[in-house]
Amino acid sequence: MDAPTLAVWKFASCDGCQLTLLDCEDDLLMLAGRIKIAHFLEASSATVAGPYDVSLVEGSVTTPSDVERVKRIRAQSKALVAIGACATAGGIQALRNFADVDEFRSVVYARPDYIQTLARSEPISTYVPVDYELRGCPIDRGQLLELLGALLAGRRPQLPVHSVCFECKARGTPCLLVAAGTPCLGPVTQAGCGAICPAYGRGCYGCFGPVAATDPRALLAKLRALGMSADDLRRAFRTFNAAAPALAAIEETSEP
Amino acid sequence: MAALLTSLDSLVAALRADRRQVIGPTVRDGAIVLAELDSARQLPYGWGVRVAPGGYRLRERADRAAFGHSAGPQSWKAYLHPPRTELWSTRRGESPAEPDEPPPRYAFLGVRPCDLRAIGVLDRVLGQGKYPSVRYAARRAATFIVAVNCTEPGEACFCVSAGGGPKAAAGYDLVLTELIGADTVRYVVEAGSEKGERLLSTLDTYPADAATAEASAAVDAAAGRMGRALPPGDLRALIAEKRDAAHWDDVASRCLSCANCTMVCPTCFCTTVEDTTDLTGEVAGRWQRWDSCFDPDFSYLHGGAVRTSTRSRYRQWLSHKVGTWHDQFGEAGCVGCGRCVAWCPVGIDLTAELAALASEETAS
Ligand code: SF4
Ligand code: SF4
Ligand code: SF4
Ligand code: SF4
Repeated sequence: MDAPTLAVWKFASCDGCQLTLLDCEDDLLMLAGRIKIAHFLEASSATVAGPYDVSLVEGSVTTPSDVERVKRIRAQSKALVAIGACATAGGIQALRNFADVDEFRSVVYARPDYIQTLARSEPISTYVPVDYELRGCPIDRGQLLELLGALLAGRRPQLPVHSVCFECKARGTPCLLVAAGTPCLGPVTQAGCGAICPAYGRGCYGCFGPVAATDPRALLAKLRALGMSADDLRRAFRTFNAAAPALAAIEETSEP
Repeated sequence: MAALLTSLDSLVAALRADRRQVIGPTVRDGAIVLAELDSARQLPYGWGVRVAPGGYRLRERADRAAFGHSAGPQSWKAYLHPPRTELWSTRRGESPAEPDEPPPRYAFLGVRPCDLRAIGVLDRVLGQGKYPSVRYAARRAATFIVAVNCTEPGEACFCVSAGGGPKAAAGYDLVLTELIGADTVRYVVEAGSEKGERLLSTLDTYPADAATAEASAAVDAAAGRMGRALPPGDLRALIAEKRDAAHWDDVASRCLSCANCTMVCPTCFCTTVEDTTDLTGEVAGRWQRWDSCFDPDFSYLHGGAVRTSTRSRYRQWLSHKVGTWHDQFGEAGCVGCGRCVAWCPVGIDLTAELAALASEETAS
């Protein structure tokens, strides 16, 4: 049997998630023995034509040509995995979704008519079916290896949909919200990072995006009680996953 | 026979000399956590806590008490029923093998009466019955328990109304009562098992004399100083009756489904299993990890989750703790330690929620 092929694609993004794959170092070498990396411009300019067994897609869809390209990628991929906050929620660039893009275009560019852009920065799943999503800004190396390992073994990957608090408790970090009064978005943020920020005394800033099963508005009263102003709250929720529907809904209700 | 210790140094040293890993309270990251202790000096002498629903702060005490604090963010469950354990692993072509290292030789130092009861509850869930967990039973059998009677309940504590009290009943090897003086602390110590007797006989102790009466008075007084109470009456019947109460929506509007309450609870035992494979494709394993009825995947069957709302998840948690646990295990699943009250980030207090459910009943 030929080794399964892997392709890595980039849309509007910073490349950080793709770099996570390169950061896998020894594990990547082990993987390289079992799969064929057919398209990964970050690592090599040599590419192999599709179809591909697995496509990792980084970045959000922001232009009309992106829409066409992501459809072509989908058509050539057996499994399509959206990686990172941009590909799963629209990324920080989805702040445009809350503003008037034409106005930006006319202020920023000398020749706005040269700029073809969509009004919204959208996750991959807006335009094509996605098989798996890896959250995070950037994604977690362990989750990426878990997913690729599971696909190779033909088993279900472990991609929890519960809160970051699970991981805090498993590693024995005393809760920052309770014991320090430090704002933390962990209870409404999806696990996967290993609760790394709270372990270093820093509140979770939500880079893995909202837990699907919770309305994050239930956390607002606590955050206000800890002294966060309406502006602070808006900034806290308007980051990498600002356009995720559960967070976007907060924006509407907490406008001053 | 009770004896008196003027320090815990010799006790910790004796447990360590018995090749035991001593686990006890110590200060870390703004809380009193459980960790391995090299010596009694690591105990949180002089530290107390201030607790409120969703709030916990260390405070300096005027004395040198080591056990002048109520429950922290962890419980002994983390050691007897760890967050993640390997069930088996295998190499391609071989049969699965369970890990065969012997169970750790723990000595738990400072187990409160509520937590002692919680260990009893876990014993009945995991260690006994038709399908006991061999791993749990082995860990449990290898553990030496030094309980400490409670002389200072916290603001979130309600063991008395949960059917317990500040005096340790059965299930310990040794039990201490801390006698707090102006700048000294002394410990009345009694054995509760042969293992305990043997260890106690190796320590240099003083006769307890009048200290015994002083100790019982301090423990008796603690019973009247609970921070909270469960509402009176048959909670199991209340829960069964209130399945459709409007109050479940009220609590669901505040609850984050974050599962902190179940993770800190010393009796919540739920787990899931995860299969692993390594990148070479040669090694596979199966792990058990803590799960919670607040996890959306907890009730996942083909096609989706059974409990899709926070209302249904919170109701499951509270119903199990004080209601259906009776049907399964013949007792309540709550010992009144107060952890879920203190460590819920938004301060949801089960005693208040139960009271609200009870009053909704009288209103209708
Ligand atoms: S520190 Fe944050 S993520 Fe951790 S348990 Fe507390 S609220 Fe949850
Ligand atoms: S339900 Fe709450 S108070 Fe009762 S045993 Fe569990 S954590 Fe303690
Ligand atoms: S309350 Fe939930 S997590 Fe706790 S034992 Fe019951 S079902 Fe399990
Ligand atoms: S009751 Fe509190 S700790 Fe439990 S899931 Fe709800 S918000 Fe989290």
